[in-house]
Amino acid sequence: MKTQRKILATLMGLVLISGCNPRAPGHGVFLLIDTSGTYTEELAKARAIVNFLLGRLGPGDSFGVARIDSGSFSEKDILVRMTFDERPSVANDQKRQFKQQVDDFTSRISSSSHTDITGGMLQGVEWLNEVGPGRKTILVFSDMEEDLAAGQVRDFPIDMMGVDVIALNVTKLRSDNVDPREYLNRLQAWEARVVDGGGTWRVINDLERIEAIMDN
Amino acid sequence: MPSGMLIWPDNPGLSALTWVLLAVVAMYAARAPAHRAIRGFTRVISRSARLLSHSMMQLQGRMSERSREILLQHGMENSDRQIQREFERISTSVSRDLGSYPSLHRKLSDHVTKLDEDYRKSTDTPPDPPGWASALEMANQLVDKAEGDKSVGKAIQALHKGFQEAYDTTMSTYRQQSQERHGMLKRMRPVWKNVDETLIKVDGTVTGILERGQHIDQMMDTYREISGKTDRAERLLGSSALTQFLISGLVLAIACLGGFINFQLIALPMSEMVGATSQLGGMKTSAVAALVIIMVEITMGLFLMESLRITRLFPIIGSMDERTRKRMMWATFGILLTLASIESSLAYMRDLLAADRASLSQVLSGIQASEPEFRWIPAVGQMVMGFILPFALTFVAIPLESFVHSARVVLSHAVEGILRLVAFLFRLIGSLVRYLGDGLVNVYDIVIFLPLKVEELILSGRAVKTATKNADAAAG
Repeated sequence: MKTQRKILATLMGLVLISGCNPRAPGHGVFLLIDTSGTYTEELAKARAIVNFLLGRLGPGDSFGVARIDSGSFSEKDILVRMTFDERPSVANDQKRQFKQQVDDFTSRISSSSHTDITGGMLQGVEWLNEVGPGRKTILVFSDMEEDLAAGQVRDFPIDMMGVDVIALNVTKLRSDNVDPREYLNRLQAWEARVVDGGGTWRVINDLERIEAIMDN
Repeated sequence: MPSGMLIWPDNPGLSALTWVLLAVVAMYAARAPAHRAIRGFTRVISRSARLLSHSMMQLQGRMSERSREILLQHGMENSDRQIQREFERISTSVSRDLGSYPSLHRKLSDHVTKLDEDYRKSTDTPPDPPGWASALEMANQLVDKAEGDKSVGKAIQALHKGFQEAYDTTMSTYRQQSQERHGMLKRMRPVWKNVDETLIKVDGTVTGILERGQHIDQMMDTYREISGKTDRAERLLGSSALTQFLISGLVLAIACLGGFINFQLIALPMSEMVGATSQLGGMKTSAVAALVIIMVEITMGLFLMESLRITRLFPIIGSMDERTRKRMMWATFGILLTLASIESSLAYMRDLLAADRASLSQVLSGIQASEPEFRWIPAVGQMVMGFILPFALTFVAIPLESFVHSARVVLSHAVEGILRLVAFLFRLIGSLVRYLGDGLVNVYDIVIFLPLKVEELILSGRAVKTATKNADAAAG
């Protein structure tokens, strides 16, 4: 009888310990901001998205913002990255700092000559895997037109297992207006690339529906 | 009809008719065993259903008996407790109000003796005015008569004067004494008042004790009825239990809402202490911690009420010796006070967090963060609520006790009702199946009515022949 009780107590203890996860799954969001060409004009919208996400992300969540420039697969392009503290008051202070850093960046940004979206995505996946949140999201604030510098190799599959990729504010180029199929083909190509890598793909052009970013 | 069953493939109607006739013949041949089978089968079902119904009723009876015992037992305990408390009250009242009765009595006696003495002293003993008056009158007449004789006249005048002076002195003394007696009587007034007040007090106490005595008499009557296990007592207790169940259930529902508000008050600030991300069994640890605090508060409240002997959910606490019980009471009160203080501070922290969150939202929305006026009012309100709610939840123990006791009775009655319903349904099913069996037998006979009719005709023909033979034999 005593042995049975001991076993029961041990099992209950194990159940409690297994249920007691010191690190919550959380949500990791990595925002890539296109800084090439005329897209810099859209940066005010990018700031609004950052502010929205800061309002929605909670303690224990992770948030990173990086720029897409001529060579985005670089630590230097990550502007801010933070895992918010478990205590709500500390997390709020961190968010204020985060906003300040993003504001500073957008006020002194310079346009880049090329657009390395793949590099940025690789950087994002790498960071999210390193942080290890329960839910991983990469937001790409870009027209999704990749323009690589000479010699850059990016035509290889990317492992995006468990990553939700959301393209935001995908503006139409002049050539897209001439032949809309270019725009559709561009998005289809990215979708195929993300889905083949094990991720999911969504496009949100209407920023009034920005709430959908946080939907599962 | 399947082609394999067609006896005459070209004529399905004839084939069907043939099959029907064969079936009727077969059914006629198997009539007796078929009837037995139908009746046997339905009887088995019917009897099983009736047996089940009987078992259910027996179970219900046992439950009813048990429920009655519990109800009466609880009623007796309750009545016993009430009588005991009433006696305790009387004892307190007697020791408080009548404990000092001997000294009160002595005081009253002193007052009465003093009053008696004073009264005696104040008795009026006036001089005999008519005697003095006639003496003075006589002296006056003598003075008038002795006008001729100067020496006699002077002597009589001196005598008259002496009488007059003595009369005046006596009257003056009398008036003075009267005044003193009046003063004495005046001084007696507060003593009378004291005596009157003391007597009113004694009267009030004695009347109160008498009223309590009458109340105890009524309770003793109830107790006798309950101990006599009368139907009236059972009805009264049952009705009381249902009322208690409903009222205590309502109060508990209100208490649950209070607990929910309490939870909302401390869940957010708890995340500052245990973190907002960790989870325990699918729930946020901060929410679990807040729940634990509320549960501990309720538990302490239960123990406090038990220590105060207001409730009797834990007999072991009630049976503790006085010293230990008081220690426990202070210990639980201390823990409760500490928890209430913690909750109050958590409620204040919640307000700070909410303000910080609102400020951040303003900053993120691009609005200049501003400090709202009178922000201290909700902060103070939350702190007070955080302090008051744990003590308010303490009183949950009282409806909880009523709920537990009454729920036992009410649930027992509900189960009894269900059992009675099920028993009735089984009985109904049994009867229906029995009549169904009779009906099926009749339907069977209707299907084979043709051979039955033939059989009847043959049998009646035979009977006529036999009767004729018998008549002939009797005549021959």
